[in-house]
Amino acid sequence: MADTVSSAGAPAMFGAKSYPAALEWIARRAEAFVIPLAALIVGMALFSLFIALVGKSPVQLYETMWRGGFGSWFSIQNSLSRAAPLLLAALCVALPARLGLVVIGGEGAIVLGGVAAAAMGVATSGAPAFFVVLAMGVAGLAAGGIWIGAVGALRHYRAVNETISSLLMAYIAIALMNHLVEGPLRDPASLNKPSTEPLAEAYRIGNIPGMDVHWGLVVGVIACILSWLLIEKTRWGFAARIAGGNVRAAQVQGLAVGPLIVGFTALAGGFAGLAGMLEVAAVQGSANASLAAGYGYTGILVAFLARHNPLAIIPVAFLLGGIDASGGLIQRRMDLPDATVLVLQGMLFVVILFSETFYGRFKAFNPDLWQRPVLLKGTA
Amino acid sequence: MDSTEIGLWGVPLAMLGGAIRVSTPFIFVSLGEAITERSGRINLGLEGTLVFGAMTAYAVAVMTGSPWLGLLAAAAAGLCFGLFHGWICKFRGVNDIAIGIALMLFGSGLAFFFGKPFIQPSAPDLPAIPFGGWSDVPQVQAALNVNVLFLIGAALAVFLWWAFRNTRAGLILRVVGDSSDAARAMGLNPNTVRLLATGLGGALAGIGGAYLSLYYPGSWTEGISSGQGLMAVALVIFARWNPLGCFAAALLFGGAGALGPALQSVGVTQGYYLFYAAPYILTLIIMIATSSPSRSLAGAPGELSITK
Repeated sequence: MADTVSSAGAPAMFGAKSYPAALEWIARRAEAFVIPLAALIVGMALFSLFIALVGKSPVQLYETMWRGGFGSWFSIQNSLSRAAPLLLAALCVALPARLGLVVIGGEGAIVLGGVAAAAMGVATSGAPAFFVVLAMGVAGLAAGGIWIGAVGALRHYRAVNETISSLLMAYIAIALMNHLVEGPLRDPASLNKPSTEPLAEAYRIGNIPGMDVHWGLVVGVIACILSWLLIEKTRWGFAARIAGGNVRAAQVQGLAVGPLIVGFTALAGGFAGLAGMLEVAAVQGSANASLAAGYGYTGILVAFLARHNPLAIIPVAFLLGGIDASGGLIQRRMDLPDATVLVLQGMLFVVILFSETFYGRFKAFNPDLWQRPVLLKGTA
Repeated sequence: MDSTEIGLWGVPLAMLGGAIRVSTPFIFVSLGEAITERSGRINLGLEGTLVFGAMTAYAVAVMTGSPWLGLLAAAAAGLCFGLFHGWICKFRGVNDIAIGIALMLFGSGLAFFFGKPFIQPSAPDLPAIPFGGWSDVPQVQAALNVNVLFLIGAALAVFLWWAFRNTRAGLILRVVGDSSDAARAMGLNPNTVRLLATGLGGALAGIGGAYLSLYYPGSWTEGISSGQGLMAVALVIFARWNPLGCFAAALLFGGAGALGPALQSVGVTQGYYLFYAAPYILTLIIMIATSSPSRSLAGAPGELSITK
């Protein structure tokens, strides 16, 4: 035993060649960038093949996608607007993932957060704008938090599989929303599209100065940064990472795994609920069926692409927001169905998951293996 | 006139008929998933397979005029999805649940992509057998108009129940599902067995999809499944991986799914959407009632990640 320990340390100590520390530092971190990036490129190449097979030009497609999502200030703003809810929806997947849970029902929390916020906006109507917006935010957070927190509680205290229960609860949430906006909360004036009473103009969330993007983007970015700090820099985050690695070990260490799981899932759901609140307060102006726009599902992809790292979610959400934003242009210019974007997302998702198998396989990313194993042979 | 005569009796009757009609896709998907899960893997992607199968069956039936060719094409498409899932999950570090989620989104996206031109035209239906011919009441006749696929599904459930315990293939499947090490010791390759089991599960889910688009509801729309494939996965756990249990649970779920339309047919319009949520709520309640943190599920395949 002692022998193997010393021989493992030997190359570093007696290494004939020593590499600069900076190079090792970069190599250790490069894996987390290079593999997802390569997967992204492979996924897009496969999608090109698919587009070529259905008889369209992949070059034109990516050109259109670039123009629709990233090519001009106008399209960048459009992508950023779509990224805002994706940031929060992705956190709904990434935070529980740190505990080893796969929660895919963020759509339900978005929808209920939106309905709760709209109801709160109507109920507190007449109060100062700051108070109303704050109350709406709290309502959205609470509704989403309770919904996904319940998924976490069921997981821990009843051992109900969280993946299935969260998606079932998303369908229930959408049914509940339809019931509420067509029944008790319906604004009689909304004829074609049943909605709650519209928010007064004073209570709407406006745009970031100088941009055509609402403040939800800032909220989303702050939420990502806070989540990163929570996971990386606090004892709760540390405990969550231990519990995510091995629940039994965490329990033996005396960690309160139950409250940890409920807390993390509730926070995750709260963020998704906040996304619903922002959709109501900044985009729709009332709660209606448009809340179930699929942000919750795209958020799953964002979180997996970002490997559940809250900081990585920020650029990935922008990327997928851009792909989303270009969907309309692709449909018009290239006469392709609107589901084209869904096919691309599905392909990227599969390739990204497949790329998990390559972690730890490349010597280049592991400085411990750079030295020739000659010394090991000698000492052993 | 008959409709007013039977009055509220229409609700249980419509639910019985609905249970038979709505349950068929559940039967096929859950039997397919039971085979897959018995081999030690879980395929959440059957939701996507169901939607893609529905689209394929409808498109082929429109183009060839034969619903049976559509059914066959759906099964073949489902087989491809299943084999892909089975193949990709053999790699180290690739998570079967996550791949299932990805294939759920990918299958639906692909179905919407290719299905766009088929939303308008109408396809020939799969045939049904009128068991209600003895009755004059149209509701009874409607309720007992049973599609052949329901009967095939019932027979398949009995066959699988028998085959799991009495055939060599059934034994191999169960060994692989309970312990990869034991299977390797017997000279079996767990990956190959799981590949075939997932492929077969996908093919059955494709048939379930064909039923959706070619019989009930009987048209291709993008909202055709809305979680039925996923509920079927939950149902397999509830049925304890027993094919006969899957069949019974599918009937129960079908009845719950028929509650909304049945109440609507007798004029109940309040809380319409909540009744439509009944199958989801039922699934959730059953999952809560039958899971326990202190004991593992009876009959669960040992290698299944979802019960660990």
